[in-house]
Amino acid sequence: MSKVCIVFDRLRSEEKMLQKEAVDLGCDVSMLDAKITQINTDSKREDFDLGDVVLERCVSYFRGLHFTASLEFMDVPTINTYEVARICGNKMIMTLRLKKQNVSTPKTYFSFTSESAYENLEKVGYPLVIKPIIGSWGRGVMALKDKDTAEAVMEIRDINDGPHDRIYYLQELIQRPPRDIRVITVGDEPLAAMYRKSSDGFKTNIALGADPEICEITKEMEEIAVRASKAMGGGILGIDMMEDEKKGLVVHEVNNTVEFKGLSKVAKKNIPEAMIKYALTCIRK
Amino acid sequence: MNCPECDATLNIPDDASIGEIVSCPDCGADFEIASKDGSNVVLKQAESVGEDWGE
Repeated sequence: MSKVCIVFDRLRSEEKMLQKEAVDLGCDVSMLDAKITQINTDSKREDFDLGDVVLERCVSYFRGLHFTASLEFMDVPTINTYEVARICGNKMIMTLRLKKQNVSTPKTYFSFTSESAYENLEKVGYPLVIKPIIGSWGRGVMALKDKDTAEAVMEIRDINDGPHDRIYYLQELIQRPPRDIRVITVGDEPLAAMYRKSSDGFKTNIALGADPEICEITKEMEEIAVRASKAMGGGILGIDMMEDEKKGLVVHEVNNTVEFKGLSKVAKKNIPEAMIKYALTCIRK
Repeated sequence: MNCPECDATLNIPDDASIGEIVSCPDCGADFEIASKDGSNVVLKQAESVGEDWGE
């Protein structure tokens, strides 16, 4: 019997759904809390209850990323891989990868000091959207619509001066309906999709109260989602797209530890089941 | 059991698992289930949302 290990740092309904589906599929399951797990350079796979394959589900990006590095060090097949997590976890790296692989993505500007970012803003013109390169749930994402707002945001960045605050990621503001599209892909195959309707302002994050609504996956969505997934290196991903009035669908983000609680309530397909089935295909024979 | 912060009654479901978060209905404090042996539950302060939290 195959054994699936779910690594977590906060046990959410998603992790419990995965656990249940694994049991229903006849697998053994272990739940491993990354916060209380100690690993060293002599650690071996058999020192832990890691089973045949691990689903890394930490809510903390850096914890999950470094835990995945440890798992790969111990030769444990892990979903997603360290490389996929590394690319998806940094918006600048992710955007560059999408563009390099010819996946349509909003035009994005990178600067490496506040002065340079401000200079670029004045040159390109307002509005642009500033996003932290690390982070999720729409935190720190702001539309810079005028000079005063830009100056205020740049000053706050300079005061905070975290290492990632020195990387300025500014993106064109897409003209689109007040919603975006989340497509969940499993092993490069689109599984389910939803519209995320903005509840207030331009952000469409479910974590901020956006309304989820089931979305039929069109041929175009499918084709773009597959290319975006392949560009990241595959695995289990959440591909976010916007409907640009001129360019059509553009991918603005790919998520590594995708949340699916809302979508699983309305999707025709069993999302956690598909994720477990995919994990079982990653077991090394 | 009672909230370690404000002493209000905390209702912890029987099927709650280690690692789950319990919120106090009175003061709003979040606690993580650190261990559970039948009705014997040990709580610890839950982590606050980090800058790198999310998907």
